[in-house]
Amino acid sequence: MAVGAEAIFGDSVVTTKLDSAIGWARESSMWPYIFGTACCAIEFMSVASSKFDISRFGAEVVRFSPRQADLMIVAGTISYKQAPVLKKIYDQMPEPKWVVSMGACACSGGFYDNYTTVQGIDSIIPVDVYVAGCPPRPEALIDALIQIQEQQAKEESIVKDRINTKFKGRLDA
Amino acid sequence: MHSHFDTKFKGLYKKDENGIFVVEQTFIKAAIKCLKEEDGFHFLADITAIDYLEFKKIKLTRFAIVYILRDNEFKNTITLKVYIEEDEGDLHVESISDIFFSANWAEREVWDQYGIKFLNHPNMKRVLNHKEFEGHPLRKDYPKTKGQLCTKTDDLMDEMIPRLEQKGYKSHNDLMFLNLGPAHPASHGTIRTFVALDGENIVSAVSEIGYLHRGFEKSCEDHTYNQIIPYTDRLNYCSAILNNIAFAHTVEGMLGVTIPERAQFIRVIIGELSRVIDHLVCLAANLVDMGALTNYWYLYNPREAVYDLLSKLTGARLTNSYMRIGGVAHDFYDGFEEDLAGCIKEIEQGMSDTLNLVEHNRIFHDRTQNVGIVSAEEAINSGFTGPNLRASGVAYDLRKTNPYYFYDTLDFDIAIGSVGDVYDRMMVRFEEIRQSISIIHQSMKILPKGNIIVSDRAIALPKKQNVYNDIEGLMGQFKLIMDGVRVPTREYYGAIEAANGELGFFIVSDGSGTPYKVKVRPPCFPAMSALPKMLEEGMIADSVLCLGSLNIIAGELDR
Repeated sequence: MAVGAEAIFGDSVVTTKLDSAIGWARESSMWPYIFGTACCAIEFMSVASSKFDISRFGAEVVRFSPRQADLMIVAGTISYKQAPVLKKIYDQMPEPKWVVSMGACACSGGFYDNYTTVQGIDSIIPVDVYVAGCPPRPEALIDALIQIQEQQAKEESIVKDRINTKFKGRLDA
Repeated sequence: MHSHFDTKFKGLYKKDENGIFVVEQTFIKAAIKCLKEEDGFHFLADITAIDYLEFKKIKLTRFAIVYILRDNEFKNTITLKVYIEEDEGDLHVESISDIFFSANWAEREVWDQYGIKFLNHPNMKRVLNHKEFEGHPLRKDYPKTKGQLCTKTDDLMDEMIPRLEQKGYKSHNDLMFLNLGPAHPASHGTIRTFVALDGENIVSAVSEIGYLHRGFEKSCEDHTYNQIIPYTDRLNYCSAILNNIAFAHTVEGMLGVTIPERAQFIRVIIGELSRVIDHLVCLAANLVDMGALTNYWYLYNPREAVYDLLSKLTGARLTNSYMRIGGVAHDFYDGFEEDLAGCIKEIEQGMSDTLNLVEHNRIFHDRTQNVGIVSAEEAINSGFTGPNLRASGVAYDLRKTNPYYFYDTLDFDIAIGSVGDVYDRMMVRFEEIRQSISIIHQSMKILPKGNIIVSDRAIALPKKQNVYNDIEGLMGQFKLIMDGVRVPTREYYGAIEAANGELGFFIVSDGSGTPYKVKVRPPCFPAMSALPKMLEEGMIADSVLCLGSLNIIAGELDR
């Protein structure tokens, strides 16, 4: 017996734009790479755990290989020492890819306005969604995921290249 | 206490107003050697430096180095200080890394942050800042916000090749080099270990830290004491409140105040709860690392219950900032006791579910027993504290040896291991959770009524009611917010038993509301420096367990 969409549509045909179909598929199966460095990573553990359950949003397949991921969640402070590592991993992720900057430190350096902390990761890599908080509550990160999903649903995925060629970070030669 | 030192170095040292022994530069190594070998000060807690450039009182020289040692029973502490004379534009002192293994990284940190060289040190290079960094950030004339871009990661071959040569490898063509971290799922934050492999065996390992160096110590130098409390939250972010307590306890020690009894008990209760949730996350992550994922949910989910309780109590889940100098921020809310009982029930359930799965599990035993063994002697020499040291069979716990608050009236045991392997380190933590729960139960029973913060207006903020209704209250509030708590001129080391071990703060105060210098003695730092030795001759799969079982938290490791 058919369930879900098959039960409703049976053998009939649905017409839609290819972009919409791809966007629809993408938004429900993001594979995040967690660039967790500090306190925010502990909050990410909560997002992934049973209570908040990131799998409700189709993003529970956490990959620790950048080659297999399309969503980078930068959770924690990025120091100057860490910046080349962040850049390298971002570059290793295949297109299309999205970046969430989680927490005050990743967004702006937070209250670490000093000699060692990068004042916002958007000086190194492009960012799609910023999440405020120190650390943000799990709901705030889930909200960021939904924002990315909304972007993906709207995106002209095939026609337009997502690669941001205009972005030039401090580590781009 | 240190009679040999007293007689041998008579006239060569001076005790200053802070109780610190000032030793001449040329005798420092001999003095420390004598203290270790003859007087039994066998534990080096920390080494740090002070830059007196902007200090209001003129000191002998601009730089001084401070050594903090503990004796055999861990009861007595001795602090030594050396003023460093400039020698043809160069600052240097004899290294003690051949006397104490834990001095190795501590001295590297002093070089990195202050630019004081240690002669005959085996590997005098930076440890926290990156390779391309110029200057020494904790010097007073280094601008706080002057960041320096790092373009390349250190390949660490300059450390690896001598190490391989030591082990008798003339060429390394047959070996495979592998980076474990800094971005690795099992690297617990941002820790990098670079290993040389022969098949699956680790021949040689080198660790690099500093990827989460966030300039805590520099940031402290322009914040008032109470403003630093949020920074301390982010040291060991798995048990933020214990860091708050350690800092507040140290500053209260400098002020010479005793906080009200109720506040002390609140600190004990919430501190022990933090210890429990810290151990939970450590054990949960350890078990995931060996493939036992189910236990992760069993152990991690009770944390959510504790987060809810802490949110109600402090307003934050993770970074609580619950302590104030002189007491705590809020009293327990109505219904706290029931919530606490609910949390403890969940924790106990999670523990028993996990132990049912792993306690007699053959795979668990095979993976953990006799893996990553650290003997008691090595552990002390490396500066281990907390569960890691106790797993090696040394019953050192500041709550017992130097009891603070009411720990000496509470009935609890120190859990110790017998072998010092991964298994012991995990099982010690399981037992400590039980002991902490028992402490919480006992303390809740005898929780006295009363104030939660000292009533001294120079330390604690007045009630909001007074701020709005009378001039004295308003002025008190204004003064304290603008100037901070004024701490008398002192150099002081204070420590408590945090979840990971001895968490100490060495604070230099110049009498103002802002500390002149703050140095953290994180329990992770010495443990991390011993990791490469632990990994060598082991299997690559075990390296993940070794790292996890030490519970390295990057926030307090790199500060």
